[in-house]
Amino acid sequence: MPRKIHVQTRINGEEVEFLCEPRQSLLEVLRDELGLTGSKEGCNNGNCGACNVILDGVLVNSCLVLGVEAEGKEITTIEGLAGPQGLHPLQQKFLEHAALQCGICTPGFIIAAKALLDKNPQPTEYQVRHWLAGNLCRCTGYDKIVRAVLDAAQVMAGKGGND
Amino acid sequence: MTTPTVSGQEASTAQPQYRVIGTRPIRHDGLDKVTGRALYGADIRLAGTLHGKVLRSPHAHARIRSIDVSRALALPGVKAVVTAQDLPDVTDKVADLVEGPIRLKYLSNNILAGEKVLYKGHAIAAVAATSPHIAEEALALIDVDYEVLPPVLDVQKAMQDDAPLLHEDLKTTSLGEQTDKVSNIASHMQFRLGDVEQGFREADIVIEREFHTATVHQGYIEPQNATALWDADGHLTVWCSTQGAFTVQEQLAEILQIPVSKIRVIPAEIGGGFGGKIWVYLEPVAALLSRKTGRPVKMVMSRAEVFEGTGPTPGSYIRVKMGVKRDGRLTAAQAYLAYEAGAYPGSPITAGCTCIFAPYNIPNVLIDGYDVVVNKPKTAPYRAPGATNAAFASETVIDELCEQLSMDPLEFRLLNGAKEGDRRADGVPYGRIGYLETVKAAMEHEHYRAPLEGPNRGRGVASGYWFNIGFQSSVSISVNADGTVSLVEGSTDIGGTRTSVAMQAAEVLGIAAEDVHPIVGDTDSVGYTNVTGGSRVTFATGWAAYEAAQDVKRQMIERAAKIWEISPEEVIFADGVFIHGKDPEKRMTFKELAARIKTGEPVVGRATVSPRGVGGGFGTHIVDVEVDPETGKTQILRYTVVQDAGKAIHPSYVEGQMQGGAVQGIGWALNEEYFYTPEGHMANASFLDYRIPTCLDLPMIDTVIVEVPNPGHPFGVRGVGEVPIVPPAAAIANAIYRAVGVRMRQLPMSPGRVMKAILSKGGN
Repeated sequence: MPRKIHVQTRINGEEVEFLCEPRQSLLEVLRDELGLTGSKEGCNNGNCGACNVILDGVLVNSCLVLGVEAEGKEITTIEGLAGPQGLHPLQQKFLEHAALQCGICTPGFIIAAKALLDKNPQPTEYQVRHWLAGNLCRCTGYDKIVRAVLDAAQVMAGKGGND
Repeated sequence: MTTPTVSGQEASTAQPQYRVIGTRPIRHDGLDKVTGRALYGADIRLAGTLHGKVLRSPHAHARIRSIDVSRALALPGVKAVVTAQDLPDVTDKVADLVEGPIRLKYLSNNILAGEKVLYKGHAIAAVAATSPHIAEEALALIDVDYEVLPPVLDVQKAMQDDAPLLHEDLKTTSLGEQTDKVSNIASHMQFRLGDVEQGFREADIVIEREFHTATVHQGYIEPQNATALWDADGHLTVWCSTQGAFTVQEQLAEILQIPVSKIRVIPAEIGGGFGGKIWVYLEPVAALLSRKTGRPVKMVMSRAEVFEGTGPTPGSYIRVKMGVKRDGRLTAAQAYLAYEAGAYPGSPITAGCTCIFAPYNIPNVLIDGYDVVVNKPKTAPYRAPGATNAAFASETVIDELCEQLSMDPLEFRLLNGAKEGDRRADGVPYGRIGYLETVKAAMEHEHYRAPLEGPNRGRGVASGYWFNIGFQSSVSISVNADGTVSLVEGSTDIGGTRTSVAMQAAEVLGIAAEDVHPIVGDTDSVGYTNVTGGSRVTFATGWAAYEAAQDVKRQMIERAAKIWEISPEEVIFADGVFIHGKDPEKRMTFKELAARIKTGEPVVGRATVSPRGVGGGFGTHIVDVEVDPETGKTQILRYTVVQDAGKAIHPSYVEGQMQGGAVQGIGWALNEEYFYTPEGHMANASFLDYRIPTCLDLPMIDTVIVEVPNPGHPFGVRGVGEVPIVPPAAAIANAIYRAVGVRMRQLPMSPGRVMKAILSKGGN
């Protein structure tokens, strides 16, 4: 078995250390080593977006990042969005708009949408659709997801959100 | 985003006023699902877990001469290897599972191949090791000696006398009788109504066309998974993502030949199913590996394994002939449907035959259906199984008839559409149905009247039917001292049904939806409940919740009577308030009475149901497309789904079913397809190459919920989930014709095929 490597990183604002094999993906580390199972595996090759996390401000598929690449980075996962003050507006709007059915793609969509709104707080419908094209949902037909993201953008623009 | 709701004419006056039903509360499991806390099958983690991986056939058709696992077992970290040798012999057994009697050998051989592999991806052996990576390495060390055989991949070729045979012992069943003919045709069925030859003689216009549809996959985002622990005392516990904990229990009992009482199935959250998570795949294998190692074993499929090793829905060949009088009235319809069952018998051919002309009242009908095995994965149900293929054929032939009649296609449907009392070709007369109401609502919709301008654009419509099944459901409800109730149901929740079930209990009890706490029980904590399928959960499990709530209500009335020292008949319950019949000043809300629950025994209501008053549903879709004449690519410009839901318990999730189903249909229509090499290898087993629709491919999906209550349900609920996948392929084909003048008769209508049709226009 290959020797494990020590990695030091920040996840959801906290210092985290872990040991991982060089071949383990960040998704595998999050889920199997750190117990952060909110990031989901749908394809393990970057096609579905269910494992989306934000790595140093960049939206990535964590299945395409190696665990060792997390060294010295800042990572946001779905578990880091809600705080003591409540849900992130995106989470709230996904609930209000019934923008999920089975829910397996939901963490990835919410993380991807957060990355979009971080860059572009007032996206058009087309911009939302273009940005979220890397996330697959098989249940909803996307209608309610797109509406939830547009609505969350409105709320965050009006009230500054709770981000 | 308000959705118009159209009520049936008779129904609108009779509709009762509801307090909870028809509202849009936030779903009970929503918080866990937006925060990442919800536990799906692959999130289950037990101490000491081993990881299992499956060795799969590299050949589409081969005889297994030998399997040598010794090198794999020698790899450090490998704890066990299993093959079909570890499964009990079930050669002559028949079991009643999922959809009726099935030869158990087929199911067992699909779990781990016996003498032959019948498709690429067919499971052969499995390894348990200390890490998934080691298990995967060990697969490469299993030596299998194959005698490779020629595969047959196409349903029409498989039906020929000289086709390679998948099963040497499969004899065709024809019209219910087993023949002596050994063939890939597992069965031939027929529906006959009136005299179809006479009907065609009466017709002024007769059109006959042939259609082909490709194998497509359910495409749920969560791969199959299972974690099993076979204890030393012989008890097996399985955690998995399934559409039915009890069907997993039953299948395990049959495949492993152990009593159901030894098996507990704990359903995790499920990341989509659409019919694909009813049959078991990994569960028995994880169980065998656990029995061998004495440790929990977890198995999760890769995406490629999902495509290659789990049930897609059939490719098909369909021929349809329909005749009309000049006045537009249908006189006769005939269909020939051949569905690919995959490696083992059991395609949804009966449903295809039943649905193909279901929206119409036709006096003379003849339908022949064939269930045919081919060297592809054993098919599994997929949302209205068999109906989309069938509707693609019949609904595009109807569009051609309308063109020749110069008749509006929705007017044609009003003229010929099925209504209460009309008889389907399979002999079943319709009860109160809302098909014509969906057609009228579509005609009245702004979308249908809006001008569609611009070159290469066209509008199409199509309708579709799907059943609703009853089956068994169980619910128990216990009253908490704070006035909330806890509800345990047996239906795994794929799309928000905890809430639609809870809302029906809340309506009866006069409490808020939020005051019902629904959970999905495991096989040891709730009564038998059939699968989440057949659009049945909100209908049947919702009915069980209604009955269980009635039971709670009766007990609460008795409690109020006891407190007031009157008889239960003297207690009035209205709008969630218990009222003293003789002294109306004395009253207690449900909450106030619940606070006094310790005045007697706890209150637990229960109900088990097996409802018969099923409400099949119809949908009518309108689509605008633009076809790029340079590439053949079809863009969906606008889409409207009109559907009779009977009564929408939670309209947002009814809309969600309509939108999601329509989009799956759009994917089936335009993109989705298993590409096979001549050797029978799927060439596109990834989400990159098997392309399901993304949000960039789509517009918003408009919905119109028509409500013609199902008289067979206390709140009028019909099956909702499956109907919306039925019309899209035909509606889009009809729109493409109006856009560029080509009739597409093969699915998917991918850019290449549309381009080819455009280029050969006039030439054919």
